[in-house]
Amino acid sequence: MSKNLRYKSSKLVDETYRISFKFNNKIYYGYKGDTLASALLANDVHLVGRSFKYHRPRGIMTAGSEEPNAIIQLHDNTSRTEPNVRATEIEIYEGLVASSQNCWPSVNFDIGGINNILSPILPAGFYYKTFMWPKSFWEKYEYFIRKSAGLGKSPKEADPDLYEHKYIHCDVLIIGAGISGIMAAKMAAKNGLKTLLVDEKSFLGGSTIYDNSEFSKINNQITSSWLEKEINEISKLENLEIKTRTSVAAFHGYNFLLARENLTDHLPINQRDNKIRHRLLKIRAKKVITATGAIERPLIFDNNDRPGILLSSAVKKYIDLYGVACGENNILFTNNDTAYETAMSLVQKGIKVNAIIDNREVIDSKLSYEVEKNNVRIFKGHTVVDTYGYKRINGLSIMELSKDGQKVIGKKIRLSCDSLGVSGGWTPAVHLFTQSGGKLKFREDDQVFIPNKYPSDQLSIGSCNGDLSLEEITTNTVLSVKKFLNINNIDYKSFEIITGIHKSKRNIWLLPSDKILGKTKSFVDYQNDATAKDIKLALREGFRSIEHVKRYTTTGMGTDQGKLGNMHALGIISETAGTKMGEHGTTTFRPPYTPLTFGTIVGRNVGEFFDIIRRTPIHDWHVANNAKFENVGQWKRAWYYPKENENMHQAVQRESKAARECAGILDASTLGKIDIQGTDASEFLNRIYTNAWSKLDIGKCRYGLMLNEDGMVYDDGVTTRLDENHYIMTTTTGGAANVLGKLEDYLQTEWPELDVYLSSVTDHFATISVCGPHSKKIVSKVIPDLDFSDEKFPHMSFKNTKIGQIKCKVMRISFTGEQSYEINIQSNYGKSVWEKCMEEGKDFNITPYGTETMHLLRAEKGFIIVGQDTDATMTPIDLQMDWIVSKKKYDFIGKRSLYRSDTIKDDRKQLVGLLTENPKEVLEEGAQIVADVKKSPIEMLGHVTSSYYSPNLNKSIALGVVKGGKKMLGQKLIIPMENKNINVTVADPVFLDKEGKRLNAKL
Amino acid sequence: MFLINCPFCGEREQSEFKAGGEAHIERPKQPTELSDDEWAEFLFMRKNIKGVQFERWNHAHGCRKWFNIARDTSNDQIKAVYKMGEKPPVK
Repeated sequence: MSKNLRYKSSKLVDETYRISFKFNNKIYYGYKGDTLASALLANDVHLVGRSFKYHRPRGIMTAGSEEPNAIIQLHDNTSRTEPNVRATEIEIYEGLVASSQNCWPSVNFDIGGINNILSPILPAGFYYKTFMWPKSFWEKYEYFIRKSAGLGKSPKEADPDLYEHKYIHCDVLIIGAGISGIMAAKMAAKNGLKTLLVDEKSFLGGSTIYDNSEFSKINNQITSSWLEKEINEISKLENLEIKTRTSVAAFHGYNFLLARENLTDHLPINQRDNKIRHRLLKIRAKKVITATGAIERPLIFDNNDRPGILLSSAVKKYIDLYGVACGENNILFTNNDTAYETAMSLVQKGIKVNAIIDNREVIDSKLSYEVEKNNVRIFKGHTVVDTYGYKRINGLSIMELSKDGQKVIGKKIRLSCDSLGVSGGWTPAVHLFTQSGGKLKFREDDQVFIPNKYPSDQLSIGSCNGDLSLEEITTNTVLSVKKFLNINNIDYKSFEIITGIHKSKRNIWLLPSDKILGKTKSFVDYQNDATAKDIKLALREGFRSIEHVKRYTTTGMGTDQGKLGNMHALGIISETAGTKMGEHGTTTFRPPYTPLTFGTIVGRNVGEFFDIIRRTPIHDWHVANNAKFENVGQWKRAWYYPKENENMHQAVQRESKAARECAGILDASTLGKIDIQGTDASEFLNRIYTNAWSKLDIGKCRYGLMLNEDGMVYDDGVTTRLDENHYIMTTTTGGAANVLGKLEDYLQTEWPELDVYLSSVTDHFATISVCGPHSKKIVSKVIPDLDFSDEKFPHMSFKNTKIGQIKCKVMRISFTGEQSYEINIQSNYGKSVWEKCMEEGKDFNITPYGTETMHLLRAEKGFIIVGQDTDATMTPIDLQMDWIVSKKKYDFIGKRSLYRSDTIKDDRKQLVGLLTENPKEVLEEGAQIVADVKKSPIEMLGHVTSSYYSPNLNKSIALGVVKGGKKMLGQKLIIPMENKNINVTVADPVFLDKEGKRLNAKL
Repeated sequence: MFLINCPFCGEREQSEFKAGGEAHIERPKQPTELSDDEWAEFLFMRKNIKGVQFERWNHAHGCRKWFNIARDTSNDQIKAVYKMGEKPPVK
């Protein structure tokens, strides 16, 4: 290292603590407190990346989260690798490994740099324009375009780190711990309000904390010293919680905010194990104060993107806060006074400032005279017209500005430098304010957008509110916070402010050049390589809305969301179109303010905690007996139980046969169960089901179909009358919660006069269904005290009984068409009763079966599954279930809709059975059904909803919905598949035992 | 995310609630007397206004009660919360 760029007495850096890190495979050293950016600059490394489109060499531009260029890949080729990390935000730690992105083979020699030379033929919208023809070729182009797109590389392995979410409630949330945020925090906390102060940086005080020149004083103390005392004071306040390294990502309605607290990213790698890396804070604040400061604007001139060109405020921050000089021969380029502060910081440390180029013709501030006294040349009324140096700036040329600022005049002067600080004035950081729904207004004086109308109980203070001078910040903060929090007791009386700077500014959005615009590269969006030329081209091509120009040119669409250049884009648009600023709107700032990792967003909801898992009380038995599981909503249901080498088909065939020939046992605990009580329970069921319920005897069960008000089938299940005013309803597994919600809705809103109470008892009972010709013998052994004779316990009836001392309910109902008993018992006894059934059923070849076999068995009987054979367009008539729709009842939910002009049409899709010509051929569920494949376009008549190979019938069976299907019995239809047409015949949907003899079959 | 003042439980996060569409649409007492058009009016027609809109909400993960709110759809401000059967307190 030949140059000495590190200066002592920096605020943040601990020079006794040296840290080594790797950047692009080279080892460098920095100190504790350095960011990756400050450490690289101290090592004279400016070139850190390549730009997105032209692969131009790019350097560090800023010292904060607004950084567009210095975005790097952390820990390449490890599970902790992370793309698009801003070097200006990462604090260095022992073990840090980083590399440049978007370059190959290296940042120094990047093949993609050829795009820079080709740039005249790569205008805005190049891809849209070029790859449109021929249309069908897009797929071929896309492969190559995608390959060259994108910046970093995403990790390929699972994230090894821990993340969590946390809710925080507070009276006042203050975002930003700069001078105004600190003052507001003190006022709020001292008045007894529970206050949370957050800042994205590792330290408090914002940019004022290094405002340590003799020319800036508050109450006769150097501003930074005054602020330090304030910080000391607030850190002792009880009501105040301070969170640093915490970046607010989103500001939603009702003062709900999301912030990311970064807990370990600054620690040495070996100290991170078992610690939470990021915490997503979900903050609900009664009041929010935004004190997010302002972002310095760059200036838009030819070749304004070379490594070594930084914001002037960043140059100041690097020297004052980190003790790092960005160069040995500095030039500053400005249109306002802030660059003179930077110049003072540099000259006071003995660092050469070659010149200041100032757009303004008149400069009249104490500070500017002081700078001049230090032998810095000031070129008034000048502008930079070009810069030189490929991988690092080595010089620039300037020219005089015309009176109107539209042209350059006179002779070109060439100056040398190795660093250029630019300042185009300040843009209030209104991102969070607008995210919350706030409306902006444009202030003509200094060309800034400032908050106008608050959508919630919130306040913007300090420079994000457009108060850019120290006087305005201090005075207005006290006044507005006092009023906003409705407090009287405050320490701040009056402020005596001394400042060396003056507010004057000469704003020119696009600086003129001696070249024509088409020959310049004046970058507006550095990250996405959008230039002033591109924006003007978009306007010439007819784009007007800022949202359209943005998407066409990609201005502001990078990971930095155009924090630096958006204002210039707006300015250039309004100048070119001859409209007022803000007339075309501003682009919408969307969350997150700075990118969040996916880990932060998902928190603990990963792996087995991704979603809630519901298991039945018998689950462990299924696991122990080799069940494969199927997800049904959140439930894990046993799908099938393969034996040794069986595949799914073989297992299901075996289970299905056993259920019809011997006995089967199914865990039906997941079915929804709703307990219904009250004197109007019968009337209630009458209104919600299509069939009649008043006459159902106590101890009997009935199948019911529930419709929506539009007449479409919503849910089905068996309901049992336990007592005069007491029913238990079963619903489908997936529909349970929604059915309960719907029933509650009607009870509370339409029929509040009904005396009915509902409660969900799904989890209270385990349900074991034993079916098949031997089922009666088995359950008789399990419950020996109960009389299972057909006379005493016929089909569709229920008994209260006991197994030992334990009460249970037994229903004789069937979803398979076989004789079948459902034992409902308190959940914690479920597994033991199941095992008892298995034990007693051993001699009868009792066979556990899963949902797949259940589906097959019911399909043989033509029983529907709501949601599989129906969608929200099937009426009971469409399902050929007219028998369940009461003609006598005056009303029930959906009744009126059953004879709307649309629902009575003959050619609605209707449920039918389908038999394949070749009985071995099983149809694919979802396959289309047609009548004529020769006519084009082929008319789609419907689709297959359920399809199985039935081992009991020895043939393929299917259910499907077909237009006008009811009248098509016996007709031939075609299922066109990819490589063949399958011939089918429309059949009755009941394939097996239409008479229902098996329900009472005796062996 | 809204903060909804459930008339039975007090202020709770929106995530505890389910929205239930436009409020004050009464189910006809005698649906069979209605023409197709009249029934369709009840069944399908919903307002979608910019401004104050009356909506049904359910405290699904709380007390399970249904109630009404008056919400300004242009800025999501909830102007009033009131029980089922009550008249909207704001115009």
